[in-house]
Amino acid sequence: MSLAPVLALSGIHKGFPGVKALSDVSLRLFPGEVHALMGQNGAGKSTLIKVLTGLFQPDAGTITLDGQAIAPKRTEDAQDLGIRTVYQEVNLCPNLSVAENICAGRFPRKSWLGGGRIDWTAVRAEARRVLSQMDLDIDVTAPLSRYSLSVQQMVAIARTLRISARVLILDEPTSSLDDAAVQRLFTVLRRLRDQGLAILFVTHFLDQTYALADRITVMRNGETEGEYPAAELSRLALVNKMVGAPPDQQPTRLDSRASQTGTPVLKAEGLGRRGALHPLDLELRCGEVVGLAGLLGSGRTEAARLLFGADSADAGHVEMHGRSRRWHSPREAIAAGIAFCSEDRKHEGAILELSVRDNILLALQARAGLRLVMSREQQQALAEDYIKRLGIKTASADMPMGQLSGGNQQKALLARWLATQPAVLILDEPTRGIDVRAKEDLMDQVRALAVGQDADAGMAVLFISSELPEVLHCSDRLLVLRDRRAAGEYRRGELDERSVLEVIAAESA
Amino acid sequence: MKRLLSAPSFTAWVSVALMGVLFAAGATGYTGFASTQVVLNLLIDNAFLLVIAVGMSFVILSGGIDLSVGSVLALTTMVAAWLLQVAQWPAELVIVIVLLGGAAFGALQGLIIHVFKLQAFIVTLAGMFLARGLCFLISVDSITIDAPLFVTLSQTQIPLFSGAFLSPGALMALAVLGAGLWIAHCTAFGRTVYALGGNEASALMMGLPVGRTKIAVYGLSGFCASLAGLLFSFYMLSGYGQHAQGVELDAIAAVVIGGTVLTGGYGYVAGALSGVLVLGLIQTLIAFDGTLSSWWTKIVIGALLFVFCAVQRLLSLKKAGA
Amino acid sequence: MKDAALPMPTQRVPATPLWRHPLARPLAALALLLAVAAVFVPGFFHLEIKDSHLYGSLVDILNRAAPLMLAALGMTLVIATRGIDVSVGAVVAIAGTVACVLVGSHGLAIAFAAALGAALLCGLWNGLLVSVLGLQPIIATLILMVAGRGLAQLLTDGQIITVYEPASFFWLGAGHLLGLPVSIFVVALVAGLTALLMSRTALGLFIQTVGINPVAARLAGVRTAAIVFFVYVYCSLGAGLAGLMISSNIKSADANNAGLLLELDAILAVTLGGGQLSGGKFSLAGSLIGALIIQTLTSTIYAMGVPPQVTMVVKAVVVFAVCISQSSFWSRKSA
Repeated sequence: MSLAPVLALSGIHKGFPGVKALSDVSLRLFPGEVHALMGQNGAGKSTLIKVLTGLFQPDAGTITLDGQAIAPKRTEDAQDLGIRTVYQEVNLCPNLSVAENICAGRFPRKSWLGGGRIDWTAVRAEARRVLSQMDLDIDVTAPLSRYSLSVQQMVAIARTLRISARVLILDEPTSSLDDAAVQRLFTVLRRLRDQGLAILFVTHFLDQTYALADRITVMRNGETEGEYPAAELSRLALVNKMVGAPPDQQPTRLDSRASQTGTPVLKAEGLGRRGALHPLDLELRCGEVVGLAGLLGSGRTEAARLLFGADSADAGHVEMHGRSRRWHSPREAIAAGIAFCSEDRKHEGAILELSVRDNILLALQARAGLRLVMSREQQQALAEDYIKRLGIKTASADMPMGQLSGGNQQKALLARWLATQPAVLILDEPTRGIDVRAKEDLMDQVRALAVGQDADAGMAVLFISSELPEVLHCSDRLLVLRDRRAAGEYRRGELDERSVLEVIAAESA
Repeated sequence: MKRLLSAPSFTAWVSVALMGVLFAAGATGYTGFASTQVVLNLLIDNAFLLVIAVGMSFVILSGGIDLSVGSVLALTTMVAAWLLQVAQWPAELVIVIVLLGGAAFGALQGLIIHVFKLQAFIVTLAGMFLARGLCFLISVDSITIDAPLFVTLSQTQIPLFSGAFLSPGALMALAVLGAGLWIAHCTAFGRTVYALGGNEASALMMGLPVGRTKIAVYGLSGFCASLAGLLFSFYMLSGYGQHAQGVELDAIAAVVIGGTVLTGGYGYVAGALSGVLVLGLIQTLIAFDGTLSSWWTKIVIGALLFVFCAVQRLLSLKKAGA
Repeated sequence: MKDAALPMPTQRVPATPLWRHPLARPLAALALLLAVAAVFVPGFFHLEIKDSHLYGSLVDILNRAAPLMLAALGMTLVIATRGIDVSVGAVVAIAGTVACVLVGSHGLAIAFAAALGAALLCGLWNGLLVSVLGLQPIIATLILMVAGRGLAQLLTDGQIITVYEPASFFWLGAGHLLGLPVSIFVVALVAGLTALLMSRTALGLFIQTVGINPVAARLAGVRTAAIVFFVYVYCSLGAGLAGLMISSNIKSADANNAGLLLELDAILAVTLGGGQLSGGKFSLAGSLIGALIIQTLTSTIYAMGVPPQVTMVVKAVVVFAVCISQSSFWSRKSA
């Protein structure tokens, strides 16, 4: 590893209306190394990649390539500079052949005697050559869609290799790959690294990082937590940096609070879906908050979606109030009394052009059908009640949702689900984008709602979060997921934060 | 079997098979059907449609749609007729001008679609009305063309073999088809068109010239529309605002029936030929039959369009679920 | 990500200034057109009562705009769900044709019922293709646009069928009630019912939600498929009623020309009224005003002696202008 970085970022800031995505981020990438960029959802990894590839321009800070300052304004600029990116969603054209995908944009051509037309024989030969470098032997004339996602990703990498690259960025390339495909990919990457390429590997998988990376940069909440040689950073320390307590705070102790053991409301046995979640057992009881902890990709959102009927399960069954039930759509789950506050607020939650009031009342109204569930005055009163209770900062309930900050939109969406007075409330990252003061407030409120006025009027809450202190603070029981299966279940008072971190960070059996 | 169904050329082969079935039905059902000239007449009568369908193929392959082609055809006939008859310009100059004009009209639509990120159907729908309105502004009545070049081209019959003949228009249409095949298969522009139709976002990420290609594709469609207008004016020897009403729908139907998927990315330019021939055969069959009124043509075309779209949709659902 | 917004004290929202009201621009455009008409067409605003009927250009405009207003109402809802329906012209032709063919042999009631039934079938067909089969709306409705007119032409064999009796047939399109054309009352009734439906039920909310964010709508429990299905049925029914009105007015069924270009007019009416082609919020009143703008334009051009073909060019230019002005090109934000 040479002494001068090929790519260096320093002091990068990037903000959007109401949200600070990157704050004083630094990164150094050396030739001949695999550098892992790790962090949870919302840590800022994808924003940083978009800055590197020219999709976003940073508000402040510098990027240098071989010591020269660069400022890519479009994707073509970054590509011309030699920064190549391969994404999780293969950005190729499925209708074109493998060979064509590899060569598109720079086709070998016949001389003017042949009319300057594309030399398909040369195209196919070129494709085979590049693929053989990666030890891949496939029919290059077949359409790309015929191949599995892992092969398609190899083709995407092959495309970037065809023209010399200085930096190869891989953005979550393994999320949809099986073990054999991951090994094939790693073999190729190691070969490329040995040839002197600088590789930035964005991932959230611990095992893969330690198998491949030479150095690791950890991001959290838009900031870089640090840059370390992989050999010097223990798994526990890494996980701590990704999800645990900020170093200047005391580790949270789970204080023993008397937890009420209510009646079981929702019981899932062996619930699973091929490719998303191994069969899982889960029980939610009235008046109780169950926390779901684990790293990104451990299957938490997948589990929640299966419980809600947003995705259909391949295995297992669900019982509600003792009766075996099956939901084929969110609508059926909502009618049964389940509420799901999604983590992807922008695409799966907020209806931006509608008012805050309409957003809050949406699920309640959808359940009631066409008949207006309450009069206009009652709707207004209900909306204002939630605005006050949850502290939603808006000038009025008529304000369009899109004008609220991200955190307040999240609160309004929470209000939407609370309004349906569900028996089971599933919250997926409900505090993301909300400032620290309000986070605890919110969770205390959710706890109060869970418990209810008396033991039976409460609800069962499933709380998913990437912030471990938060999960520990609020949960009566904690279920830890790792690699899409259950890794342990603990009651309040059984574990402290460090022990939970160890469970999350442990190597898979 | 699954391989066959998922191959991109499946619907294209279906259309060729359909062509064969229709021709066989005609040959067995009616005397005089199975003559070479009947087939060649299909080309002669539908030369203009073939040219438009080639341009339309490119637009649909890129994932767009062009509803203005029929109107541009009519506008071309009107502008040509006016320039020839009223302004008395030489025929060669007129031909060059209308071809450039058609390409410019199309390219302008493409520019609006790309820069303002508008949906293709609404922009070309407005273009359709603009072109036809301009037609009527020039003249409400038809203008007869008697320029010698046009008349000659209208009446020439190019002999082939054993008494069969083709018109210059039909030959030009076949030349355009050949050019289309070459562009689609042998040029970077053609391959970018396919990439656009497959996944526009990916094409952009791959560094392909998305904007330029989109504008050029509509320019090509406009060019084909005005070339078709010239062929039409050779055929009809007049310029008239009411020419070619509904031709855009026929072109879309021909392209879809020829095996190209309306969502883009899959299909062959050669499908324009099989699609046009299928449409022509249906019309000829109905004419030969004599008992069915000609209104059945539109209904059959609509039904075929539905069947092909539904099959394409079901196949794509199957592929996604598999 | 940190929440960097400053806390906002809850306060009363100042009332929207008058010129920002969503209907302000359409009304202004209509007023401008009327002003131009008043200047260039003498006697444009002249109203008189003859045979206890109110006559005048203004009444004429309302009467002629009525079928377009019905089509625009339906198109508004379809566009609100991010869809489009280019088959309305064909449905107009089918409905008018069915009515005229049957009225002679089966009487008025059955003829009208059959016509509306045919329109209903068209709507069910479109709805099936879009919400069940999942075809793109432009393609799904294009099929009926091609085949539908052929069906109408088949029924009439391309001839114009003229209806001479019963006289009650003409009441819908050409009759008068309380001195005003019946068509105005029909439009008012349909518009009123639709407005009631949108506001007194959750239908308006659901349609907007489906148009703005169909994924979120589904996750919130909205029956997206049923909503999409409904709007296409409703649109075709509106077109069917418009077809009846037109046939009743011209006392005949013209399968070749009835409803020709109606789809562009309806789309234009919706966009002039402020509706976005990308779906979401809609305004029934805006679409009605948009239809009036189009009809006023047509009537004014006709009255000025300008060749009517100019309207095609003007409409096309207006569509370009409105679409470009609605484009996200002007509001490019990052992220």
